[in-house]
Amino acid sequence: MSDFPPAASGFLVDATTTALILAARVATGVRAEWQGCDPTTHRRIYYANHVSHGDFVLLWSVLPPALRRVTRPVAAADYWRATRMRRYIAEEVFRAVLIERTRTEETPDPIALMADALSGGASLILFPEGTRNTGDERLLPFKSGIYRLAEKRPEIECVPVWIDNLNRVLPKGEIVPVPLLCTVTFGAPVKLGEGEEKQAFLDRARAALLATAPTNGENHKDG
Amino acid sequence: MAEPNLLILAGGVFAILAVASLIGFILKRTISWRKPHAVIDNLNARIKAWWVLVALMLIAFLFGKTGVVLLFAFASFTALREFMTLTPTRRGDHYALAASFFVFLPAQYALVLADQYGIYSVLIPVYAFLALPIIAAFRAETARYMERVAQVQWGLMICVFCLSHVPAILNLDIPGFEGGNLLLITFLIIVVQASDVLQYVCGKLFGRRKVAPNLSPSKTWEGLIGGVGLATLLGGGLWWLTPFTPLVALAMAALIAIMGFFGGLVMSAIKRDRGVKDWGQMIEGHGGVLDRIDSLVFAAPIFFHLTRFFFSVS
Repeated sequence: MSDFPPAASGFLVDATTTALILAARVATGVRAEWQGCDPTTHRRIYYANHVSHGDFVLLWSVLPPALRRVTRPVAAADYWRATRMRRYIAEEVFRAVLIERTRTEETPDPIALMADALSGGASLILFPEGTRNTGDERLLPFKSGIYRLAEKRPEIECVPVWIDNLNRVLPKGEIVPVPLLCTVTFGAPVKLGEGEEKQAFLDRARAALLATAPTNGENHKDG
Repeated sequence: MAEPNLLILAGGVFAILAVASLIGFILKRTISWRKPHAVIDNLNARIKAWWVLVALMLIAFLFGKTGVVLLFAFASFTALREFMTLTPTRRGDHYALAASFFVFLPAQYALVLADQYGIYSVLIPVYAFLALPIIAAFRAETARYMERVAQVQWGLMICVFCLSHVPAILNLDIPGFEGGNLLLITFLIIVVQASDVLQYVCGKLFGRRKVAPNLSPSKTWEGLIGGVGLATLLGGGLWWLTPFTPLVALAMAALIAIMGFFGGLVMSAIKRDRGVKDWGQMIEGHGGVLDRIDSLVFAAPIFFHLTRFFFSVS
């Protein structure tokens, strides 16, 4: 595993990490279910459903420490650079790969940024819906980013991860979280097939994520 | 008089657990050495969890009333989160849920600690039952309103109100039994949990006819009669812990054990409706906290009120 970014270190970073993980665990009693694969340090793309800003914190907090150290979330630059606090957490604690949502001439190609992070030895956390899902639909259609990334790095497994119940802990627009139990389920990995079309891959990846959701999940649906 | 009796009890419980652990070890050794065996492994996980639960109880007892109240407040919190996690609430219930966790739960236990029977006996069935629909109405979400309000209220009733009657036993003022209320709690818990364990054991050994096949495959008439019968005898034999005569202790134990059985049955019905086997995964071998305390929840208020009515002066 090569050495990607300035490895997280220092008392403040460690303390923040511990505090965030502890907060996530206490608030949600979160449990990891490795259903379709085992936790290994192979480079992977974890792709998950997106209902809350806390999604990747929760996913990240259930990873065993050795995996957590090499796993970087992909997040929106405008949101995570908006305040000093967020910026610190995104850049120093999570070492997020920050993506500009509005493209201009100077903004680097997001797919290239992610591919570079993978080449640097990191695993990624992606939300292929592209935006937080606040509607009645269980899972929004996927944006094409995950396909274009898989095209560049076809050897890397994409692991579907279903984050259950977090939308009920803190629905969009609410301030007080309700301490319901959350689960994070890791499903069976998918890889881009030889010559597989964009839409076919996106549909397959989306179906794999839906198949990862717990069966009594209908009860958990918010809205 | 409380202290030596409590020590004798603790010794007795530890002796029983030690015997159970030994039996579990021998079963594992003789029947399924090195191989997984669903029933034996589950049995051993349960016994191990019992050690932890008994140790937790004893530690709470060492801290007196505050310790017991805090222990059950924590149990209520975990049970309520298990219940609400499996309840299909909607976004419009968010404040009602927040109020349940952060207002009514702490208030109920604070009032039990402060010995305010006049208010803790009505806080949830009156005040919460009026406040929660109002809070939910404010959110102006009408879809399945009645159903949602009822579910949140009942979760609060079972997980917080009913369970808080266990530490509330410490508030009873029984002439000639001063300082012994911890033993009364122990009596309740031992009879309820012994009934559960004995129902499980009798069911596994002799179970043939199911009581309610649609609700729970593990509840059999043989288990029910054997478990409740033996727990009743055990309760009668423990009369010296209580302010009761042996006959009254026997009757109380029978009532507790039967209510406990019905508690398990009702909670199974809810789980069946939700399509799950267990309420949670917190206690290895047992499932969630709610799986372990469902019978206690139904027995506690009845035991509390009967004792209060017939024996207490407050």
